[in-house]
Amino acid sequence: MGARIRHGVNLTATVLAALTLVVVLIPLASILVTAFQRGEAALTSPGFFTESPANPCSPRAGTVCHYGGIAPALDGTLALVGLAALISVPIGLAAAIFVVEYGRDRPSARLITASADVLSGVPSIVAGLFIYTYMAANYPQIVFSALSGSLALSVLMIPIVTRTAEEALRTVPNSQREAAEALGITKWKATLRITLGAALPGIVTGVLLSVARAAGEAAPLLLTAFGNNLGFQGFTQPSDAIPLLVYDFATSPYQNWIALAWGAALTLIVIVLGLSILSRLVLARMARRLRGSA
Amino acid sequence: MDATKMAAVGLSASYGRGPAITDINLEFGPNSATAIIGPSGCGKSTFIRCLNRMHETAPRATVTGKVFLDGEDIYEQDPTAVRRRIGMVFQRPNPFATMTIFDNVAAALRFNGRHSREETDKIVYESLQAAALWEEVKDHLFAGATSLSGGQQQRLCIARALAAQPEVLLMDEPCSALDPISTAKVEDLIFTLKRTYTVIIVTHNMQQAARVADRTAFFYLGKLIEVNDTKEIFERPKEKLTEGYVSGRFG
Repeated sequence: MGARIRHGVNLTATVLAALTLVVVLIPLASILVTAFQRGEAALTSPGFFTESPANPCSPRAGTVCHYGGIAPALDGTLALVGLAALISVPIGLAAAIFVVEYGRDRPSARLITASADVLSGVPSIVAGLFIYTYMAANYPQIVFSALSGSLALSVLMIPIVTRTAEEALRTVPNSQREAAEALGITKWKATLRITLGAALPGIVTGVLLSVARAAGEAAPLLLTAFGNNLGFQGFTQPSDAIPLLVYDFATSPYQNWIALAWGAALTLIVIVLGLSILSRLVLARMARRLRGSA
Repeated sequence: MDATKMAAVGLSASYGRGPAITDINLEFGPNSATAIIGPSGCGKSTFIRCLNRMHETAPRATVTGKVFLDGEDIYEQDPTAVRRRIGMVFQRPNPFATMTIFDNVAAALRFNGRHSREETDKIVYESLQAAALWEEVKDHLFAGATSLSGGQQQRLCIARALAAQPEVLLMDEPCSALDPISTAKVEDLIFTLKRTYTVIIVTHNMQQAARVADRTAFFYLGKLIEVNDTKEIFERPKEKLTEGYVSGRFG
């Protein structure tokens, strides 16, 4: 009797757990499928990744709508996020190293951690507004520029990189630091080449998380990168970005633009997903090599 | 004891609150092994960590007194320079997890100076030989260090310490995380190493102290109670406390 109840409970729990898996997977699958279906026409048009968007058009008898492509937005996003990563990864990493490796319980270290926490809660539009105001006051000629956009994205990325790198460094066992110290290896060498190496998987994950966050943000770019249909023209000029294109085109009444918006959205998802899968493969390979297949 | 390689003079240390060790005076001869025994919490690990200035890396740690190495106070020297002369092996094997076996042993050479490839290869080979690990790892030197068993990892850590070419080797309960077979191997190793190095080993295993050490020091509640030739400590202890501990009445 007891055994039968136990088996029954066990089975129910297993089924419930499996069901929650389905519940989690449904939104993901549904987003991918919807984006593909709605954007298919634009995605399969030949110049999707290489052309600028075509003129607005809704199909009428006797007309053929061209789609064009999302090249300016794609290039813009790569440039904006690339520069933002170049700015925020070194800053975030340095802050994390200071807090974990050198700060101990110093008030300055706790201040950095607390600031990063607060900063990561700041709404992204405020990050945009902050950079907009700063640039308008100091560099009025380039308020609307890729540089402003990257700075605004950096404001979002720095706290993510800082906090995740902090966590990653904290997971490195102290015995690794002691081992290095006891060999008479100087602190900075040990940090750069032993502690950072051991924390690398966590740091890479954090950087990717911040890249994914930045790549998907439209709000901070509205007031900074602004948008530009001509293609990327350098960091002092306004730049388009995929989320800006999605925002503009999805709310337009033109069918070809709406399709482009869906296609662009899917592209963004694939880039972020691809980056995360790629990093996992690389890290898994590194881990395998070190575990050694003797 | 005919000569002194290392000596603690009036050494006290704490972790911020009460003292962990108080006024320790202890000398270590060259080419010999000294065991430090005592019940848990008696300050033996704290003491040994003061000998290569690792104690002060703990939060709120304090040290007073002097530690002489070849007659010079290590507390008046650069701590990294001191640690290059005094190697340390920890309780739990702690090889660099992201490095290969070879790189672990070569770490001190690569980080602390310039050595040619041939020189590095030679020192890594000699260190692994000296740590009695070479035969077991020679065919997979470039596998990850964590692919080794616990006992092998500990001998790898010994090899890593030896590759730095220290004069003194501190061992903080090096066998406490190891199985009996690995323990026997590490003990054999200590027996060989003491011909070349000044070995100072903390252990809570009295048989181990009796097997490997020429001299034994007994610590209790942060104080040095008695130090003498190992045989004397175990067979004719002068202090009541020592006798109680080595005969297993407490600790």
